[in-house]
Amino acid sequence: MIEINNLHKKFGKLTVLDGLDLEIKKGGIFAILGPNGSGKTTLIKSILGMVIPNSGEIKIDGISVLKQWDYRNQINYLPQIANFPANLSVNELIAMVKNLRPKEANDHDLISLFGLESFLDKKLGNLSGGTKQKVNLVLTFMFDSDLIILDEPTTGLDPISLIHLKGIIQKEKDKGKTLLITTHIMSLVEEIADEIVFLLDGEIYFKGGVDQLKEQTNQTDLEHAIANLMTKENV
Amino acid sequence: MFKILKYSFFDLMRSRWSYVYFAFYLALGFVLLFLNNDVNKAVITLMNIIIVLTPLIGTIFGVMYYYNSKEFTELLLAQPIKRSTIFMGQYIGISISLTLSLVLGLGIPFLLYGLFRSTAIFDFGLLLVVGSFLNFIFVALAFNIALSNENKIKGFGYAILMWLMLAVIYDGVFLISLVMLNEYPLDKFSLIATMLNPIDLSRILILLKLDISALLGYTGAVFKEFFGTNLGLILSLIVLSLWVVVPVWRMRRKLQRKDF
Repeated sequence: MIEINNLHKKFGKLTVLDGLDLEIKKGGIFAILGPNGSGKTTLIKSILGMVIPNSGEIKIDGISVLKQWDYRNQINYLPQIANFPANLSVNELIAMVKNLRPKEANDHDLISLFGLESFLDKKLGNLSGGTKQKVNLVLTFMFDSDLIILDEPTTGLDPISLIHLKGIIQKEKDKGKTLLITTHIMSLVEEIADEIVFLLDGEIYFKGGVDQLKEQTNQTDLEHAIANLMTKENV
Repeated sequence: MFKILKYSFFDLMRSRWSYVYFAFYLALGFVLLFLNNDVNKAVITLMNIIIVLTPLIGTIFGVMYYYNSKEFTELLLAQPIKRSTIFMGQYIGISISLTLSLVLGLGIPFLLYGLFRSTAIFDFGLLLVVGSFLNFIFVALAFNIALSNENKIKGFGYAILMWLMLAVIYDGVFLISLVMLNEYPLDKFSLIATMLNPIDLSRILILLKLDISALLGYTGAVFKEFFGTNLGLILSLIVLSLWVVVPVWRMRRKLQRKDF
């Protein structure tokens, strides 16, 4: 599905991605983990074409996506920080995003799932952080795309919405979609991830299943296994 | 692009500041007309205000809009839309909404006052055209500065500095150089120097149309000879267009390599 070869990205003097190679097969949930500033968001944004790599190749379904834009019609992306134009209402925003993508959207189910009906006519500037995140989730999941990228999807969500979110993620996986998720919540990773991609120093440090990671680091729980990876004691 | 343009436009049309801006011009138009009782004089006063104020407002709106809508722009960038389409849509949306505030805000009082029965209609028309040009020019320059500066405060600072440079300092330097070099023939130099600053160019263009070039002395005569003709007018409008095209071109180039 996604094929990344020798990806380099520098921001000024800071090297964020340093010859990263990654192959992600179609279908399943991939958790992208790594310490703060390890390049998770940069990697995701490179796939989306928002960050332009210095060198390297990114292919989706065998076609290079650098400098292209129409391939994004097959990607749903949840940005890390949800901030929308304060003067628009929720309804208008959803209508606008629908208008921008030539695709069917099932926003109604998601709106009722997250209980957003009463907020539809409210201005986005007046919504709380959690409610904005719910709107963000509706915008992300209302389209039917092969690749779904979630950057810190749990930020600000209450427990009920979190359960709904997990449900949606599971459903999308069952449909054979590919999901890339970055998060710092290890319990979520353990619960849903099929594979872990661990980034460190701009390269893939580990790629494999949860059990494989625990085995390799001699730890019984994921949190410690990841902490172990970060301190580079094993591998 | 039209979709983005529409949303940027409506987003701004709903913001309080567009109305404040519109109301300001409306009040200005009424006050000037009823105090002056003379459309011609009102046009001159208006020119002095427009030439300084539209660049300032265009600059501030451009920079503010860019920084305030940053996250939203990121949302758009993840959609299947070309980068340049997003920013061109936003740029044109802001410029049109500012231009609309200007044209309606000044147009309404002048229409009520009986513009069509006055001889000043062409001067007034030119004033609005020049004001619109200045909007498009300075929003484009502001976008350029904002795109080149991640830091909001820095971007804002540079933008204001740019306005100060073109609106005030340029004139000072120009004047000093005229005084210092007054032993040389300066008509060509001053023509070119005027052309290089959109604010000066706009001012001269209107002044000469208003037939008060006698005030400008010898240089005024040279200018009159040049700008007073149709060729001069067309050339000036071309230069003003270049002031729009070049920053827009740079903006698009910058976008190709920008990380969000």
